[in-house]
Amino acid sequence: MTLPSSLDERFRAAATAEGLLDAGYDVIDSPVGPLFLAATPRGVCRISYDAEPERQEEQLARAYGLRVLRAPRAVDEAKRELDDYFEGRRTAFELPLDLELVAPFHREVLAELARVPYGETTTYGTLAAQAGRPAAARAVGTVMNRNPIPIVLPCHRVVGANGKLVGYAGGLHVKEALLRLEGAML
Amino acid sequence: MTTLAVPPFERFYDAHREEVFGLLARRVGRQAAEDAFQETFLRALRAYDRLDHGEHLRAWVLTIASRVAIDTLRRKRPEALDGEPATHDERPVLAQLEHLADELPPTERTAVVLRYGFDLDYADIAAALGSTPEAARQAASSGVRRLRQKELS
Repeated sequence: MTLPSSLDERFRAAATAEGLLDAGYDVIDSPVGPLFLAATPRGVCRISYDAEPERQEEQLARAYGLRVLRAPRAVDEAKRELDDYFEGRRTAFELPLDLELVAPFHREVLAELARVPYGETTTYGTLAAQAGRPAAARAVGTVMNRNPIPIVLPCHRVVGANGKLVGYAGGLHVKEALLRLEGAML
Repeated sequence: MTTLAVPPFERFYDAHREEVFGLLARRVGRQAAEDAFQETFLRALRAYDRLDHGEHLRAWVLTIASRVAIDTLRRKRPEALDGEPATHDERPVLAQLEHLADELPPTERTAVVLRYGFDLDYADIAAALGSTPEAARQAASSGVRRLRQKELS
């Protein structure tokens, strides 16, 4: 006898509602390809362009605990805000984020990054200066590279001093697509 | 990077959900199996972070399912538990079986419950226990022997 999909969905929803998950995730479609979204009870902890669940589950289990389940309800709010963003209806995110496992310097830089306005770009050097480490442009590049929550924490708005796009986890074409969506001057 | 001793819950759930649902449906009926299914995996989820290793996960979840099935049957037909112990029956009902089997060592208990409660064959029980069919058969029969002795004493 096959498990009815309604029953499968009901269990996943109940597990989330009872607060039993260390992390819940889902894979959503977006104009820049499939996105992996994960959240702990504290907030969204990961967005990834690598939407291969098995690899992601393993990483989440190591970071947050074994109780990792595909649970669309756990990332409901993130999905809604991202949909709004991609349709041009949202210019700022309000969802709670879980950055507990991010190292202090990375967290400071990501906090500065979060202030870069929609549709504008900044440089690695400027961001380093704003984080109080003017000489750390390269280290800021590493922080962008390891950004656990791209799009919401807009590392796509950070470009090289010469205005070149430089690099992006989802590929340069994605970085460009996001900036165009926001109407940034390229 | 070393592999995790216990897989992420999603992998465990994905590997066993169909079998658990099938067994519950046969045991308590299609309708009651819906709640029993959810209850089984919620119980597993509540205990999951306390597991030390992932070696007998199938036996573990089938044992949880057997307990949930008993609770379900108990609610459905409370009289089923008040009757005589099924001493003449080669296959005592799951409820009585589980009650008795609770006092057995873990391997024997699992073997007895899966064999006589869930009707699994020894190849399946061996897979659940991570042993051989012969070892599973021996565990079940020594479990039954122990139960008989207990009844006589």
